[in-house]
Amino acid sequence: MEKKIIYEISSLYRDNFRVTGFEFGEGEKSVCIVGNLRGNEVQQIYTCSQLVQKFKVLEKEGKIRKGHKVLIIPSMNPYSMNSKERFWPTDKTDINRMFPGYDLGETTQRIAAGIFEVIKDYKYGMQFASFYMPGKFMPHVRMMQTGFENVEMAKEFGMPYVVLRKIRPYDTTTLNYNWQIWETNAFSIYTTSTTEIDKESAKEAIRGILRFLAKQQIIEYTTHEGYKSSVVTDSEMISVRTKSAGIFDSKVKAGEEIAKGQILAQIIDPLEGEVKENLISPVDGIVFFGHNDPLTYANTAVFKIISGGI
Amino acid sequence: MVKTVASVGLPVDEVLEIKKNRILPEGESDGKKKRISIVTGIHGDELEGQYVCFELIRRIEEHKELLKGIVDVYPAMNPLGIDSITRGIPAFDLDMNRLFPGNKDGDMTEFLASGMIADVDGSDVCIDIHASNIFLTEIPQIRINELHKEKLIPLAKELNVDFIWVHGANTVLESTFAHSLNSRNVPTLVVEMGVGMRITKEYCNQLVDGILHLMETMEIWAGETIEPRKPIISEDADDVTYLNAPTAGVFVPRVKHWEHLKKSDEIGWIIDPLHGKILEKILSPVDGILFTIREYPIVDHGSLIGRLLREEARKE
Repeated sequence: MEKKIIYEISSLYRDNFRVTGFEFGEGEKSVCIVGNLRGNEVQQIYTCSQLVQKFKVLEKEGKIRKGHKVLIIPSMNPYSMNSKERFWPTDKTDINRMFPGYDLGETTQRIAAGIFEVIKDYKYGMQFASFYMPGKFMPHVRMMQTGFENVEMAKEFGMPYVVLRKIRPYDTTTLNYNWQIWETNAFSIYTTSTTEIDKESAKEAIRGILRFLAKQQIIEYTTHEGYKSSVVTDSEMISVRTKSAGIFDSKVKAGEEIAKGQILAQIIDPLEGEVKENLISPVDGIVFFGHNDPLTYANTAVFKIISGGI
Repeated sequence: MVKTVASVGLPVDEVLEIKKNRILPEGESDGKKKRISIVTGIHGDELEGQYVCFELIRRIEEHKELLKGIVDVYPAMNPLGIDSITRGIPAFDLDMNRLFPGNKDGDMTEFLASGMIADVDGSDVCIDIHASNIFLTEIPQIRINELHKEKLIPLAKELNVDFIWVHGANTVLESTFAHSLNSRNVPTLVVEMGVGMRITKEYCNQLVDGILHLMETMEIWAGETIEPRKPIISEDADDVTYLNAPTAGVFVPRVKHWEHLKKSDEIGWIIDPLHGKILEKILSPVDGILFTIREYPIVDHGSLIGRLLREEARKE
């Protein structure tokens, strides 16, 4: 293993901003795996750090196949994490809205450009990603429908779901999108949580990645086959929305099987304690995403459901 | 007549309302008149438009007999942002100007965005007033996406600004308020002027003069108005030179905004207060005029310090 500084800039009063990578194996640029891009992505940095542990063992045991280089970057944004800011501490811009970056541009454009220059030529790219709404997901692999996405390949992670996302204008500046445009097979890996550590789903994601890399003949690794992934588009998911705002009392969790007519959550009046609204499942299915903030706004998609059973 | 355009209940005993003031000619109810919409406050930290709304309504009300059309004033598209000194929508960490046209069946933010578009749709012209951000001061200017320049440049010339900047199309900007309205054939002009979190009365009055003049040309206003200043129009990306900080530090300007500079003139210093040293002297890379200058002193590597319009572009 070689520990490398991928990108570095100085600051007026802080220690240098450093993006550190861990390189395993030698040869063609096979796999690049990245952790947090935002300051609140604690689960993402944790999962990536555990993957570094796994690769240290794999390398020691000679299980990384010859001719393959694997680069793991657990944190692309230590500054934001250290100051508990979600975005760049000074100008509040989002590095994941700056790709492919611009080396003569503003700070986060430069950071994106500097990092992308190093990671753009890898054959496979994986990012531990997070969602902008507070909530928990079923672990899954997500891809944008750029026209370059390889759905069959995504199934090889053996995670329960592969989710396809229709591109919106603001997606075109994300890492995942640009990786695909630069012909990297790019996958966003979602574990259950973001701001808190969920060890179980971190393990599941790591197993998924190792399973995938074994199938691509990059590492030697034996594990169970995993799930036969179901492919869903984000538009196929059924959203359950709040009509009113208030205290959100969830009765179910992400991953739980639910029946049509079941109460998924209640909205409680925050002053008088009465139940203002029962949120009812319109179908039999599985909770794919569940809001986990104790308050909710109105019109909020607090659950996303995949209809049918596992 | 103040009306609520869109509203949504917040969790604890509060309703979020986006309001507008519709000003009609004397004795008119909602007729089929020409309509101008003045929109501001999509970014909660941009406040220049607050004074523009106040002053425009004040001047109209003073001579209501001269009003011949409908003026809709929307001073706060992002009320929670304005209240909490937040650029985006607090709690969602979202830039409201990346959510349009919104979705009436979508989340709270998308729902509000769709309500705004529905209400402004049908206007004969819309002015969307921005105030840069807290980092940069801008000379009063209008920014136009090249896709809509044929329709918008003639209108922009009437608005009494100093500069019209036609920029290239950009996918990300397809989700702005102005782009959504322009795509619906509501000519929408984006004004950038001043600086975030402050009010520059001189610029605000300049724009109010321009809005009244535009209203006069549209026969919405029958009063006498100013002869608008002749703006510099830039349509070529090469006309504009960007100055980015070569190092982190504290930027101290040595020139004034909208100053004509010769190549190698000193624009400012980046200093290091810990060691009492000048880290970099920022020199003008071209002959030109400084239409954007950094207001907020702390800079990181790459932070924007200013934008220069090349002298040749100004002459053309």
